[in-house]
Amino acid sequence: MMDSQLVMYEEDFKRVLAVIQRLVRDANAKGVFVVDKNGQLIAEAGEVRGIDTTSLASLTAGSIAATGGLAKLIGEEDFPTHFHQGVKDNLHITIVAKRMILVVIFDDRSSLGLVRLRVKKASGELGKIFEELQKKSEADQAGAPGSPFSEITDDDIDNLFSD
Amino acid sequence: MSFINYSSREINCKIVYYGPGLCGKTTNLQFIYNKTNPDLKGKMISLATETERTLFFDFLPLALGQIRGFKTRFHLYTVPGQVFYDASRKLILKGVDGVVFVADSQVERMEANLESMDNLRINLKEQGYELDKMPFVIQYNKRDLPNAAPLEELRRQLNTTGVPDFEACATDGGGVFETLKAVAKGVLSDLKRLSR
Repeated sequence: MMDSQLVMYEEDFKRVLAVIQRLVRDANAKGVFVVDKNGQLIAEAGEVRGIDTTSLASLTAGSIAATGGLAKLIGEEDFPTHFHQGVKDNLHITIVAKRMILVVIFDDRSSLGLVRLRVKKASGELGKIFEELQKKSEADQAGAPGSPFSEITDDDIDNLFSD
Repeated sequence: MSFINYSSREINCKIVYYGPGLCGKTTNLQFIYNKTNPDLKGKMISLATETERTLFFDFLPLALGQIRGFKTRFHLYTVPGQVFYDASRKLILKGVDGVVFVADSQVERMEANLESMDNLRINLKEQGYELDKMPFVIQYNKRDLPNAAPLEELRRQLNTTGVPDFEACATDGGGVFETLKAVAKGVLSDLKRLSR
């Protein structure tokens, strides 16, 4: 398969979380999310209560996929940055390390300029983490043991559907 | 492409419902949504036109329970079936872990079924996937209609590789969960195979 499976370990998750928690503070943002291009939510920070994060992840990925398709139609590889302005809240969306999406929600306590500036720094850090993660995932798939799924039995799978 | 998160001990997989326009992909998801315990499902999202035709996708997140201490979550997507939405269909197939092909059993829709099945193979190939090598099940929907083609005929034309297949009537739910279980099992078995 073209895409390799993404595996996130505790220590990597903590590193990602540290970066986006700092981004919330530095950019005066309401919330920050990291979503993968297939629509899985990777991490979240800030005031995210009341937000349906699963839907947010899926719709962000859909939106990035659709605008990516548009970009290719006009000869661009991608549109790496998106900004959606609302009455109260705004969305700033950037593609990180080609397969991740960084979403920042902010209101008038912050500004587009500040968010842009802080996102740039955070993107670089996240990019590095995800590149390392990708390498680690590939190495694991090349045969290193440790996946909890190498041990599952047909019974384990059947039990999921027992009710 | 499944996502394993050791931190939250979760595994996420993506299943796509494919098939010709009006075959019942959205109806499958709606039935699953209506019959699932609220604790186990998220909100269902439908990006549809004003006439309720799928424009981009439907999305339903579903939790199935735990395997070896990992919560298993399935993200169910449908594609827009109408022929001219091909660009959108390709996007939704990105990162897919398992596919359900929903066929319309009506005799006059056989051509549309075959065309959609070819389209599925081509679009998967463009993303670097081989349909025959991935978890795949077929559902023959609308079995209750008087103009439904005989099962053997549908099988002969559509299920050329002998994958698991099910008769269904998605409006009253017959066969819907059987189909979902089969593809989910396929995805988990595949995960097991890949991690060996």
